[in-house]
Amino acid sequence: MKAKILEYSTRLGDDSLVLGHRLSEWCSNAPFLEEDLALINVALDYIGRARMFYGYAAELSADGRNEDDFAFMRDQREFSNLLIHELPKGDFAFTMLRQLFIDLFNSLFLPRLAESSDKTLAAIAAKAIKETRYHLRRSHEWTLRFGLGTDESRERAQRAIDQLWGYTHEMFDLDALESELAEAGIGVDSGALKTEWEQQVSAILTEAELEQPGEQWAVKGGREGYHTENLGQLLNEMQSVHRAYPGLEW
Amino acid sequence: MVIEFPLPTAAYQARLAQRQASALPEIWALLEQVCDPEIPVLSLWDLGVLNDIEQTDERLLVTITPTYSGCPAMQTMRDDIEAVLRQSGIAAFEVRESLSPAWSSDWISPEGRSKLTAYGIAAPRACTACRGQPLDAEIQCPRCGSTETRMTSEFGSTACKALFQCQACLEPFDYFKPI
Ligand SMILES: [Zn+2]
Repeated sequence: MKAKILEYSTRLGDDSLVLGHRLSEWCSNAPFLEEDLALINVALDYIGRARMFYGYAAELSADGRNEDDFAFMRDQREFSNLLIHELPKGDFAFTMLRQLFIDLFNSLFLPRLAESSDKTLAAIAAKAIKETRYHLRRSHEWTLRFGLGTDESRERAQRAIDQLWGYTHEMFDLDALESELAEAGIGVDSGALKTEWEQQVSAILTEAELEQPGEQWAVKGGREGYHTENLGQLLNEMQSVHRAYPGLEW
Repeated sequence: MVIEFPLPTAAYQARLAQRQASALPEIWALLEQVCDPEIPVLSLWDLGVLNDIEQTDERLLVTITPTYSGCPAMQTMRDDIEAVLRQSGIAAFEVRESLSPAWSSDWISPEGRSKLTAYGIAAPRACTACRGQPLDAEIQCPRCGSTETRMTSEFGSTACKALFQCQACLEPFDYFKPI
């Protein structure tokens, strides 16, 4: 069971790190200063979350690896993040709509994980919930501003939704390991969250006068290590310094 | 100008009881001088980061609680604690991070709240009252005390702060977010 929790914690760390890195790409590129700060604050929350999940995975592995080894010394096929996190940051609408979908997911997922019988996973989740409340308020408000704003903001938001939709289904898929951990009261049955998530997304999109896509195409594979080409590029950049100078300290 | 401070929260009272029960007043006093690197008027005790000190058979055990998951100041706080302990001739110690219970702005001491305001940062409202409420409800300007203020951004220079502006005296200021 220990090996399975290690794997689970690594997956959750991968989700957080990859999204945190994508958000950090906005640093000094956001539309205005306040947004720049906001995006980086949210990025830091995710990278902090990744550190906690990886730290726990490293502790369970008991083979001398630390959190940095998990972040910087694994290859693309070993990363198990859900694909939605690795898609390029796109325009500001794409980034914020992705945040909306993920924030809503986390606002349902984390309270369940906080009830895990695994004390460390529960503690990380309990801490993260508080931050997610802030994240969600912001992505919700931006969705309204796009939808009810100008023709261009509306168009860009709708395009983002249509591009992202097929990647949202993977958040509610459980493989054998996740099912087993959910069964054991350690992991979360994320499949059971889908109806509520869809209701909440639908309410916000309606409020913003945006449309929920009807078609049900779905792209999957992240948990098995099958990624889009975007992850390789992200890792190349993120891991390059660490790999060029292994063990270097500032 | 009247700036109102909330009464000490139950969460703070619990921390205080822990401190009084730990029976190492000289170490508490020693570590009282370690301050938040970003908000240097606040000690780690005031902020709610420094939460327990115990003497075990082998070493002194200092428990700190990280604020935000990604707060880059945590490592500096840890280094500063270790430096102060070493300078005082204490060699056998361990600084341990505790994740649970999760840190809350309710843990900030009443003194910390007044120091924040004097420094120009509006102190957080009680967190139990903040859930589901908009962040910008009736925040008092730390300069003139007016509640005619508006939020300019929910995320400020650090994760723990939001940006506000006072409509009465026009001062832009930071608000320490309740979390
Ligand atoms: Zn004022």
